[in-house]
Amino acid sequence: MPGAIYAEGLVKTFGDVKALDGVDLDVPEGTVLGLLGPNGAGKTTTVRVLTTLLQPDSGRATVAGIDVLKHPNEVRRAIGLSGQFAAVDEYLTGRENLQMVGQLYQMKAKEAKARAGELLDKFNLADAADRPAKTYSGGMRRRLDLAAALVVSPPVMFMDEPTTGLDPRNRQQLWEVIQELVAGGTTLLLTTQYLEEADHLAHDICVVDHGRVIERGTADQLKARTGGERVEVVVHQHEEIEPARAVLAGFGKGEVAVAEHTRKLTVPVTGGAKLLAEVIRELDNRGVEIDDIGLRRPTLDDVFISLTGHVAEQKEEEEAEKEEAK
Amino acid sequence: MTAVVDTPRLTAPQPRGGVVQSVGDSLVVAKRNLIRMMRIPEMIIFGLIQPIMFVVLFSYVFGGSVSIGGSLDPKGYREFLMAGIFAQTVTFATAGAGAGIADDMHKGLIDRFRSLPMARGAVLTGRTLADLVQTALTVVVLAIVGLLVGWRVHHGIPKALGAFALLLLLGYAFSWIGALIGLSVRTPEAATSGGLIWLFPVTFVSNAFVATSGMTPWLRHVAEWNPFSATVQACRDLFGNPGVVPSNAWPMQHPVIASLIWSLVIIVVFRTLAVRKYRSATA
Repeated sequence: MPGAIYAEGLVKTFGDVKALDGVDLDVPEGTVLGLLGPNGAGKTTTVRVLTTLLQPDSGRATVAGIDVLKHPNEVRRAIGLSGQFAAVDEYLTGRENLQMVGQLYQMKAKEAKARAGELLDKFNLADAADRPAKTYSGGMRRRLDLAAALVVSPPVMFMDEPTTGLDPRNRQQLWEVIQELVAGGTTLLLTTQYLEEADHLAHDICVVDHGRVIERGTADQLKARTGGERVEVVVHQHEEIEPARAVLAGFGKGEVAVAEHTRKLTVPVTGGAKLLAEVIRELDNRGVEIDDIGLRRPTLDDVFISLTGHVAEQKEEEEAEKEEAK
Repeated sequence: MTAVVDTPRLTAPQPRGGVVQSVGDSLVVAKRNLIRMMRIPEMIIFGLIQPIMFVVLFSYVFGGSVSIGGSLDPKGYREFLMAGIFAQTVTFATAGAGAGIADDMHKGLIDRFRSLPMARGAVLTGRTLADLVQTALTVVVLAIVGLLVGWRVHHGIPKALGAFALLLLLGYAFSWIGALIGLSVRTPEAATSGGLIWLFPVTFVSNAFVATSGMTPWLRHVAEWNPFSATVQACRDLFGNPGVVPSNAWPMQHPVIASLIWSLVIIVVFRTLAVRKYRSATA
């Protein structure tokens, strides 16, 4: 049985640009899928197709078991959308915004009013409930936007870059709300450029680039696939680099990388903490004095870079621009 | 923050569908737009200044230079002018509707609305209804200013009310043109200027400010078939103001019916186009 969100071969072309080039997704009920990718990878376009805002050129999709293309209005009853920009009316108060959304979900005016009050309390917006949203801080607006998406407690939620532009404190707060949401059984599709966010919130991650899913799995699986852990050593003196290299070569599963002027050596390993202890003992036996040593696991950033090569490309471009500026 | 969310379940009521839902949703959106208007009073005030300025400028600059029915009496021109200013003012509602909808697109509100199980045309209908309320308010203020500069109603109140009804219908029709413009441009600024520019030829190549009898034949022809001229002619007729020029053109001979037909045709055509555009709107 397909999951709460299911997509098969979604293609969407804008002019010459293939925004979606055959996207397949399957999100089991009650889980979180993180759609991870750089700007322009096709994350937002995917969300727009699944939330009935955009017709794909080809492919099919179901949300909560309902065909997105055949019964868009039925899908709309079952979903909540929280966008990249906080889509609330800034001249309406928080209460008026939520009540309006409730009524447009076809709730009776009274019910919508009661529900608005409930959500304002729960999202710590009660004090600001009767002020125009214009006066809200960025974090408050984002909470209001999220509250608007939750007016009918939809079984499936879509959040397009929910924390973009938020400060760390507000991001943390929003993460807590999202975790609670998911604990309650909501199925969530979340797009993000923040690897930390996907790592933190998502059960499964799809890495998207140029309109395609180029890798999928849990955060741990993705990390494991992109090479394992590494030992990193910083020696105290320059002369100690050579003996340290000899030691590391003995334990390593690959070439030892040396950064001469920072006196840092890195080598891929397997064996975890136990191996690290052995490395330290051996370095000590050889009289190599160390400033720092550690076992580094790859971060999602590493995964991302190794999969897309994007960060490197962007840096090259920036450097080229700087060169030209000179 | 505890228990933010109830257990997710399909709690959204089954949409009623049909006309009942359309009307209900449109009224919800209209209410939203009226609240906005009240919270941005500058918009209403600027909307009033322009027509008042036009009344004063035209009455005192042109009055005395333009012959109306063979007379150069400035009082006659002021009486002639008001129908034109009324009609021009209601058509300027186009820019408001256009800018408002473009702004909603820009801010992502249209995305929010389109993701909700609401009636398809309600966002646009709600906007145009709210604009109609604003237009009505503007017309009332303008009538008072008109009375102050010497404009009078000569054929009784019921006919005058009929003229105001035709004016509001024309304004409502033009706000649908504005809605389409608002959905078609990239920025609210473009919607404002794009909503206004074409209104100048439409309102000036007409019988609004000068009698068409003085125009070259082809221009006169265009002016007399201009939808806008029919309403102006109908208002002069119903208000009993001077300047109802005899003409061979059908809309000038039957201005009330012509005005109604034109407005309804504009509503049907532009509402259809705008709602279609809305369904595929992309911010």
